[in-house]
Amino acid sequence: MENSFILTLLLLLPIVGSLLVLLLPKENHQLTRIAGLAISVVIFIVSMFLYFSFDPANANFQFTQKIEWVKGLGIYYHVGIDGMSILLVLLTTFMTPLALLSTWSSIDVKVKEFTFFMLMLEAGMLGVFLSLDLFLFYIFWEAMLIPMYFIIGIWGGKNRIYASVKFFIYTMAGSLLMLVAIVWLANSGTTFTTDLLELYKQGPTLEPSKQNWLFLAFAISFAIKVPLFPLHTWLPDAHVEAPTAGSVILAGVLLKMGTYGLIRFNLPLFPEGVREYASVISILAVIGIIYGALVAMVQKDMKKLVAYSSVSHLGFVVLGIFGLTVESMQGAIIQMVNHGLSTGALFLLVGYIYERTHTREIADYGGIAKIVPLYATILLIVSLSSIGVPGLNGFVGEFLILVGSFKSPILGSPYYTIIAATGVIFAAVYLLWMYQRVCLETVKNEKMNLLTDLNTREMITLVPFLLFIFWIGIYPSTFLRLSEAFSSNIVSTVMGALAK
Amino acid sequence: MDFNISDISNYLPLVILASVILVSLVIEMYVKNAGKILPWLTIISFLVIAYQSLLSVGNQGVFFNGMLATGGQVNIFYFIFNFGAAIVGLLTVDYLKKTGIYHGEFYILVQSAVLGMMMIASARDLVMVFIGLEQMSLCFYILAGFARKRPFSTEAALKYFLLGSFATGFIVYGLGLLYGATHTLNITKLYEVFTFEQTNILGIIGLTLFFIGFAFKIAAVPFHMWVPDVYQGAPTTTTALMSTGGKAAAFAALILVISPAFSKERAVDILTPLIALFATLSMLYGSVTAILQTDIKRMLAYSSIAHAGYILIGLAAGNKEGVDGMIFYLAAYTFMNLGAFGIIALIEDKEEKNLSIKDYSGLGTKYPLLAGLLAVFMFALSGIPPFAGFFGKYYVFIAAIKADLVWLALVGILSSVISVYFYIRLIVVMYFSKDECKLEVVNSNSAMIGIIVSAILIVVMGILPGSVINLISKF
Repeated sequence: MENSFILTLLLLLPIVGSLLVLLLPKENHQLTRIAGLAISVVIFIVSMFLYFSFDPANANFQFTQKIEWVKGLGIYYHVGIDGMSILLVLLTTFMTPLALLSTWSSIDVKVKEFTFFMLMLEAGMLGVFLSLDLFLFYIFWEAMLIPMYFIIGIWGGKNRIYASVKFFIYTMAGSLLMLVAIVWLANSGTTFTTDLLELYKQGPTLEPSKQNWLFLAFAISFAIKVPLFPLHTWLPDAHVEAPTAGSVILAGVLLKMGTYGLIRFNLPLFPEGVREYASVISILAVIGIIYGALVAMVQKDMKKLVAYSSVSHLGFVVLGIFGLTVESMQGAIIQMVNHGLSTGALFLLVGYIYERTHTREIADYGGIAKIVPLYATILLIVSLSSIGVPGLNGFVGEFLILVGSFKSPILGSPYYTIIAATGVIFAAVYLLWMYQRVCLETVKNEKMNLLTDLNTREMITLVPFLLFIFWIGIYPSTFLRLSEAFSSNIVSTVMGALAK
Repeated sequence: MDFNISDISNYLPLVILASVILVSLVIEMYVKNAGKILPWLTIISFLVIAYQSLLSVGNQGVFFNGMLATGGQVNIFYFIFNFGAAIVGLLTVDYLKKTGIYHGEFYILVQSAVLGMMMIASARDLVMVFIGLEQMSLCFYILAGFARKRPFSTEAALKYFLLGSFATGFIVYGLGLLYGATHTLNITKLYEVFTFEQTNILGIIGLTLFFIGFAFKIAAVPFHMWVPDVYQGAPTTTTALMSTGGKAAAFAALILVISPAFSKERAVDILTPLIALFATLSMLYGSVTAILQTDIKRMLAYSSIAHAGYILIGLAAGNKEGVDGMIFYLAAYTFMNLGAFGIIALIEDKEEKNLSIKDYSGLGTKYPLLAGLLAVFMFALSGIPPFAGFFGKYYVFIAAIKADLVWLALVGILSSVISVYFYIRLIVVMYFSKDECKLEVVNSNSAMIGIIVSAILIVVMGILPGSVINLISKF
């Protein structure tokens, strides 16, 4: 399908929508909220159309559109979608309306600005997943920092200024390194171009030493975003200070941009770099799995616990990517979605209880299962999904990753997997222990008796999460089939290049 | 003599501006309410000249015995100067009244300064460069001290004058040596004989001195000491013009004189390290020192030093992309800086009040439009897409990498990361601080027009840089 307009429409909708939101009257918060929600729902519906007309058997980019943008510099407006990006695009369009709906009551200052930034953020994230030109990709990648920075900085918690500035500078430092690598790569061929499909041909033909350098520059930038140990220190700060919707989007989608970048750019562009650094990155990923889990275990703050669990879970994804087998790649891709669902839902739940009690300290809770049974049930399901209990979504991804990386020829050793697998046990420890201290035991805090259970709006935001948690857990083929052709294609491309 | 009256259409922009200066002098002397006429006459003539320059951009030629050239890049510079000056005019109208320093001479001096800039850009002879530079600088010396009752302004003027004359000395000395070495001051002829061989040591020293003199004018480290004091002390809209048009003109001279040298053998061994050194020092020193500032004008002064460094990357690269990138960067920088200074001028109160960064706290709540625009300018200055500042950086990085100067691009990155901190600190103050905003901004429609036009330009140049780049790289 050449020159289809649908992806451009998908990109334009949130941008136009956010500008429309700016025109609404300042005082009418309700109208702004409804408008924001309506726009994001429309975007979701458009993306559903993509899902239905996507051809999973085709490993190439679909719905592409290519327009020359800046002539002399070989920059194109080039968008397209494949088996990996369609899942992430759907994840983005799915999470945004739910995130907007979740803030209905918690955000009551500058609602208009908030909605504007959320929609801009959505445009940025979609742009990152759709771009097939490195320059275009970079624009979205960087521009997306601005709305996230404002969301943390204006609506965040006490320490929001420190967190937002740290987030901004940390990510910016990584991205700028990538920018030089992009220019260098674009200049390496006969004509200067940033068109990805063109560079896919050029990248692997470069000298190994150059590939290694470029690989590192890209990988550092993505590793910061993932975040890979030891570049994760911005994440707990940003998560804890961000408002609930910000955390949901941050964990749900933003972190996936790092792993997406590793698959989309690092693997096919610089196979020599993969050969050189796959084991180093996998070791860091395994360290991240264990370290994230251990640190999560000792957290007193629920949100911080969930934040560190992200470090651990994304370690699995990175391990899956560099396992470079079809199974581990499939697992990594589905695990990106899973982590978005489980952690997104966890952040929602922590946010909802925080709205009621204004505390996130685990020690302040206890025994609330009797007071808010619905809440406690959902928290249990989501925690189990995050742990990776069979029948729920987390299991599918982690299992595939572990199976794939166990027999991975690139890693060449089962020890990565063996150590990583203990991370699953730790996950059970920290999540169930938190659940025990929050929901079970006896009610220690008198105030907890006044808690109200989830209301309808909150249920509406959570039910879709639960639906997919079960769906992926029980019948993952719906989603795995989308990325199957893509996964086997990328693995064979990279392995083919390495075999030479 | 090849003077031909029919050529006048080529140098029409210069002629128009010179006539406007004369007319303005007469108006200022004889017309009663000159204060109402002069600003608008100035703004409109700048706009007309800017339009005319773009219109005749393809009309290239050399006139007056090879002294002046027009068309191509020259006209693009004309456009930057005049359009920028028109925005400065818009910003100034109410600013001068508010601060109580209105004198009709202000506009005439601005016009003369712009004429000087245009002469620099169109010069094809080193003497012409010098005359243009002096014309521009003299006007700036006076403009810096325009608020003559304020001690800071007077100090700024004096400092600028003393150090400026010192720098001029370097340039004249350099010209002398160049003439001694090559027996000509015509740039084209000069490079027919100029070499980077050891036998031409006199010429090389001359060229270096010339570069150092202009390093002072563009505010490159280590010749930057005047910048913070002058930028801070001068009336804000004067600073706006100095930091944009003035800087662009000095870079135009460098492009004119230094870039052709790269076609010579061994130029890369001698010129590139020298310029790259200046660029490195400027970027890092400017960015690091800006973090420490509490006064917003001083902060932008150090940011201006850092930006001089980024633009010098293009010069150090010494290739076509470098020159194109510099011109694009200068255009982008002109509009982002004008916008930022425009907002500062609008917020500034009598007696130089409201210039500290702290004064901006809570601006986002009280004046959302102003704060939003200032945020756009700050993001643009820090080089974040999709604004024009990013594309400027991208362009000079391309030039650096094509010239195998990857390390210089990496220094540029390091400096950009550092500089993000102080640019976004202003946003932190405006939006994230919970303090009550104490500012009372007196609205000025003309200034708002200028600021909004700048904002639109940097967004459009950032998202659709194609047509601008085509125009620049055509010549």
